[in-house]
Amino acid sequence: MRRSAIKAASKELERIDNVFYTYANTTSGLIDPEGIERLCSDMEVDPTDVRVLMLAWKMKAEKQGFFTLEEWRVALKALRADSLSKLKKALPELEKEVRRPSNFVDFYSYAFRYCLTEEKQKSIDIESICQLLHIVLGSQYQAQVDSFVEYLKTQNDYKVINMDQWMGFYRFCDEISYPDLSNYDPELAWPLILDNFVEWVREKQS
Amino acid sequence: MERKIILLDEGWGHMQMGITKLKRILEGLPEPQFSSQEYMNLYTVIYNMCVQKPPHDYSEKLYNNYGDAFVEYIESTVLPSLREKHDEFMMRELVRRWSNHKLMVRWLTRFFQYLDRYYVCRNSKDPLKDAGLQRFKDHVYNEMNAKARDSLIALILREREGEQIDRALMKNVVDVFVEVGMGEMVNYEEEFEKHMVDDTGDYYSRKASIWIVEDSCPEYMMKAEEALRKEKERVSHYLHSGSEQKLLERVQQELLVVQGPQLLDKEGSGCRTLLRDDRVDDLSRMFRLYHKISQGLDPVAAMFKKHVTNEGTALVQQAEEATAAASGNKQGGGAGEPGLVFISKILELHDKYMGYVLSCFQNHSLFHKALKEAFEVFCNKSVAGYSSAELLATFCDSILKQMGASDQEAVEETLDKIVTVLAYFSDKDLFAEFCRKKLSRRLLMTPDDKNKNRADQLDNERMLLTKLKQQCGGQFTSKMEGMVTDITISRESEKNFKDYLGKDGTPKLELDFSVTVLTTGNWPSYKTSDLHLPEEMVKCIEVYKEYYDREKKHRKLSWIYSLGTCHVRGNFEPKPIEMHMSTYQAALLLLFNTSEKLSFSEILTQLNLTKDDVHRTLHSFSCAKYKILLKEPNTKTISPSDTFMFNSKFTDRNRKIRIPLPPLQDERKKVTEDVDKERKYTIDAALVRIMKSRKILGHQQLVTECLEQLQRTFKPDIKTIKRRIEDLITRDYLERDPENPNTFKYVA
Repeated sequence: MRRSAIKAASKELERIDNVFYTYANTTSGLIDPEGIERLCSDMEVDPTDVRVLMLAWKMKAEKQGFFTLEEWRVALKALRADSLSKLKKALPELEKEVRRPSNFVDFYSYAFRYCLTEEKQKSIDIESICQLLHIVLGSQYQAQVDSFVEYLKTQNDYKVINMDQWMGFYRFCDEISYPDLSNYDPELAWPLILDNFVEWVREKQS
Repeated sequence: MERKIILLDEGWGHMQMGITKLKRILEGLPEPQFSSQEYMNLYTVIYNMCVQKPPHDYSEKLYNNYGDAFVEYIESTVLPSLREKHDEFMMRELVRRWSNHKLMVRWLTRFFQYLDRYYVCRNSKDPLKDAGLQRFKDHVYNEMNAKARDSLIALILREREGEQIDRALMKNVVDVFVEVGMGEMVNYEEEFEKHMVDDTGDYYSRKASIWIVEDSCPEYMMKAEEALRKEKERVSHYLHSGSEQKLLERVQQELLVVQGPQLLDKEGSGCRTLLRDDRVDDLSRMFRLYHKISQGLDPVAAMFKKHVTNEGTALVQQAEEATAAASGNKQGGGAGEPGLVFISKILELHDKYMGYVLSCFQNHSLFHKALKEAFEVFCNKSVAGYSSAELLATFCDSILKQMGASDQEAVEETLDKIVTVLAYFSDKDLFAEFCRKKLSRRLLMTPDDKNKNRADQLDNERMLLTKLKQQCGGQFTSKMEGMVTDITISRESEKNFKDYLGKDGTPKLELDFSVTVLTTGNWPSYKTSDLHLPEEMVKCIEVYKEYYDREKKHRKLSWIYSLGTCHVRGNFEPKPIEMHMSTYQAALLLLFNTSEKLSFSEILTQLNLTKDDVHRTLHSFSCAKYKILLKEPNTKTISPSDTFMFNSKFTDRNRKIRIPLPPLQDERKKVTEDVDKERKYTIDAALVRIMKSRKILGHQQLVTECLEQLQRTFKPDIKTIKRRIEDLITRDYLERDPENPNTFKYVA
């Protein structure tokens, strides 16, 4: 790399770091939930907005509610955003990127993992799942999400959802025609909870 | 020497004379037979005319003349004679003329033999014999065969209607059709057989439409069987054997296939009725008739299955009603009498219809299958809330309880039947678990007076276990076998213990005391308790512990006092009475050796048992048949504020009595729960085993293989299997194939 390019790159990095430190907690050196809230407010974005999650995905952030410097750098460099305004402007582009079919599955599974806060945790409680579904799939598959959320709240068999069931639901939205559910075959390897869900929907419809 | 040339006319004239002579013989005119000289002459003429040098080699002409000779005879004599006759006369004439023709061919062939050697071969002509016979075929057969056929068929019809006909003539005419084919069956088949079979078909079709209306199913079947028999005979008498199959098939078609549905479904006499009325002979006939028709047995088997299913379901119904009627006077005991009757009736039903399968239906696999499927339907229905598996286990228990008195063979027979029928029950593991519980009761709690038949009892138990093992595999019976072994060993070790007690230096016991040692894994789990034993018993326990530790190091003994029995002598004022009771009861009673009066709470403290156990025990002494203890207040139930006193005035007619405990809470639910839990593990193990060996497998296949592996034990439903698969995914035993969500991969 030519010296000027190197210099430009390091300048960019500096600016990226500066933005980081605006929001980071001075003691821990990380952006914590409070910092994220401020960041969102400055970006004029709701903290529960899916784009925040997308940003976390871009960062490959490991711990929910926290951004490390490394993670921050990764994302902002990729987004070519070295200021807050540039970051804000980059959000629509980011959203388009995430919604690309090749990326969306990865994002979808990331969203689940991101919510596993305890060390050996493998499943997420129903309440949180419902919220997460709305955030992640609400815009694209509103009807299915609404229906499934209603089902989850009424049924008693499951108190938590695991990754397999989570992924299964996306496949369901993607492959099964809704609301007729005509191409759903319970003989296939759909997670049992979806078999039960389909039964429930069909009963309601009749 | 220069041979003289024979000119055609001269030579042929000579031959003609021979032919004329032959014709006369055939016509039956007085004519001496050919002498060898005459024969030689004729042969030589032909020979000479053939070997002459051209232009006098007349082979071709002679060959043609040979053929023409037949035609001339046929047209001048044979055909006119045939044409003027009819029916049987025509048939006879035909036979005669054919016979004659064959003779003529034979003789002329001999005369003209030399042609066969060279001319025929070199010029690829038909051999003389074939050429000769062909003339008959072309000129006589072709004209007469239709008439001949019609006459044959007409006679067959008359024979069917009961007339006697000339069977030899029939055979001869049929032979004409066969022989005229000269090695091929085409003429027989096309010009006779086809028509004959069609005509037969029409005949039986007409008969069938009458019979089906007028006759009952058994009668019809008898007529059909008779018809088939007769037609088969017909073939052997005068038809060609090749016709048998075609003919019988057509008859079957008209009588049994076309009319099949109507026949089998006949109101009041059809298959269903026959089954209902146990018409074994008629059913056998039905089987025989439909056996030969492809898929002919399917409707019969279906009706058989339906019938057996209905019978079985009716038994379920009966049992339900009987239980409902009898309910009210039991609380949590077995299904009682109706349950036992139900199982016993099922065994009878199986005997009866298996008998049908073996005899009427000649052990045919279709009927075995029908029987199996029928039994699988109602053998898995529950009766009044009791699963059929439990009822079967209860029945088994009742059989094994009556040992000694019953005939050994009869017991074995019944056990055989139980094991056979077990194959139809899908919850075999539930059956096994109930069996195990009941076995433990039989082994541990048999009243002493039956002890002399112990050896027999254990033999019977082993007999059942062997049979179950054969049917369901070793894993099924291993625990129960262990239980029986434990008891057998205990018996022996009792002796050892007695010897130990007899030795010098060992403390002597005041009580006659024996211990049964059980291997924990084999037996159902029992609750232990911290019962405070009477002093005398405590000593026994300690001595035994010492003895046992000496014999078997590294083994821990847990004492289950709830299973023990005691003989306690009650020194009542009227007379002493020996009482047989449980250890808990004995411990409680012995408290009164040192106290006159005890309250509920005092007893509770002194015994250190649960409230429920104390309650039950006190109940057996003060509110049941034998009032060993007097209760204040003298009410029907125990309450914590009661006080108790020894009833010294108690007496009974007998010198020995047994004081039973009220039955325990319903443990049936626990058995079912245990089995369900066990099933989860079993399914998991099966799934992991399958995936470990296959590495990667589709969902449907996995489910199918899992069902197959488990079918000997129980039948899990698909949802349960799915749940277990998901659980295994969560526990990282399996994973979904990222490429194909319907496939699973084993995670090593």
